[in-house]
Amino acid sequence: MSKSGISNPRTPYLLLLPGIAFLFTFFIWPIANLAQTSTQTPIAGGDTGEYEQTLRWANYLDAFLENKEQFGRSFLYAAIATVAALAIAYPLAYAIAFKAGKYKNVLLVLVVAPFFTSFLLRTIAWKQILGEQGVVVPFLRDLHIIAPSTTLTSSAFAVVAGMTYNFLPFMTLPLYASIDRIDPRTLEASGDLYANGITTFRKVTLPLSMPGVVAGTLLTFIPAAGDYVNAAILGSPQTKMIGNVIESRFFKIVDYPTAAALSFTLMAAILVLVSVYIRKAGTEELV
Amino acid sequence: MRTVSRWFQRNLIRIYAVIAFTYLLIPVGYTVAFSFNDGGRSNLIWKGFTFDNWMNPCGAPEVCTALSNSIKIGFLATLFSTILGTMIAFAIGRHKFRGRSTTNLLIFLPMATPEIVLGASMLSLFLTLKINPGFWPTVIAHVMFCISFVVVTVKARIASLDPRLEQAAMDLYANEVETFRRVTLPLVAPGIAGAALLAFSLSFDDFIITNFNSGTMTTFPKFVYVSAARGIPPQANVIGSAMFIIALAVVILGQIVGRKRAVK
Repeated sequence: MSKSGISNPRTPYLLLLPGIAFLFTFFIWPIANLAQTSTQTPIAGGDTGEYEQTLRWANYLDAFLENKEQFGRSFLYAAIATVAALAIAYPLAYAIAFKAGKYKNVLLVLVVAPFFTSFLLRTIAWKQILGEQGVVVPFLRDLHIIAPSTTLTSSAFAVVAGMTYNFLPFMTLPLYASIDRIDPRTLEASGDLYANGITTFRKVTLPLSMPGVVAGTLLTFIPAAGDYVNAAILGSPQTKMIGNVIESRFFKIVDYPTAAALSFTLMAAILVLVSVYIRKAGTEELV
Repeated sequence: MRTVSRWFQRNLIRIYAVIAFTYLLIPVGYTVAFSFNDGGRSNLIWKGFTFDNWMNPCGAPEVCTALSNSIKIGFLATLFSTILGTMIAFAIGRHKFRGRSTTNLLIFLPMATPEIVLGASMLSLFLTLKINPGFWPTVIAHVMFCISFVVVTVKARIASLDPRLEQAAMDLYANEVETFRRVTLPLVAPGIAGAALLAFSLSFDDFIITNFNSGTMTTFPKFVYVSAARGIPPQANVIGSAMFIIALAVVILGQIVGRKRAVK
């Protein structure tokens, strides 16, 4: 039954068929194929890049133990970047929703605008601004804020800052969407009932904006945990994330089984974290 | 002194917003500024102002091949993902059927999967099938990750429609096809346009999935990444800046058109 009038019960399935068939072929099948690859071992006497199925589940353990540092780093960096982005984006989204007046749409466009300059160009711009030949480092050194040997790029700080920057719009937009939906009269009512600003925020604004917080943190955390571009451009060998390992296993070492096992471990870890988080935050309508 | 601190307190959040916007736009400003740099091949240090790069955007080798590949891929990926995604959005948003929650899950999963896993899994499928990475595998990969975003965007628009408008059309003896064509579709159209714009920008800017599936073909983000090691030619900044200006113009134009319609 459609919501408007009587319609053919086959209509929804006909509408779904091409798209769902596409997703099965090019999302589910590749994932299944990757699962298959993850338990393969090199063919004895074969060329590099030739593998056969031997159902070696120990691939997962080997891959994990060999790269547990990079795994830990990925989740740590992603978590810090997510919290930092939330701290920057929440007041920003609040300001756009409640204080911008007729400039609301202009400001929203400005949030999205950086998207259109390639994110690689912007990441490299940060590298150059914060690099040795940029203006920031000599300035901070002159003021003795940083030591002469300290650099801002090629560090964990730069990688996390780069991720925070790159995913900021993903955090801001869902936050704005849910803060904008809050009826300002509920905030006034809270004030009328003698709640001060902090109490109003804690008891009214924040709970009402939770769907935005959940959506924004997921949209930031998931891509950040799998990212390798920020670490490649702004980091050093000491800041390698799991994405860098998967990438180099695939392309430089042609070790497909390990790359596949690492991909699966990453995906499983993210899915577990996400489902626990969604349950804790209590908004399942997202899915 | 007290009035100053009062003013400060009252405008704290506005001051904060200005700082946040500055942070967001600094690298964009840097990119635009250095598109005018007379820096030659590696565009690292400011050497002087010039229009040369803008007059000759294809001056650096490969840069325009990369750009045209990105535009072609973006166009095809947008077309297919918008069609497929819009159909799914209508099925989910307008119908109740068995398997609806499974469908929702299938739409959500690609968004919850890190790009590197999507890219690696597609490449491993293409390798298994002995398909060489290149133009079409990249288009297919882009359609795949854009579909979910199109579905979510269009679905939101459909959910915000007043069902009474369609009922009114039916009451006025419009049949289902007419109602869809003359009432539903025009009302959902801005959502579809927004989804298409989103799909294009996601595709155009994608690096990770493209890097896995494009083989030796270069795209604009790939070009930037590869040339980063020895300095990006200013022509790349020109293209990045031009994209920024074009996209800004499209969005502002869309806003003006939307407002005019709303006034009518």
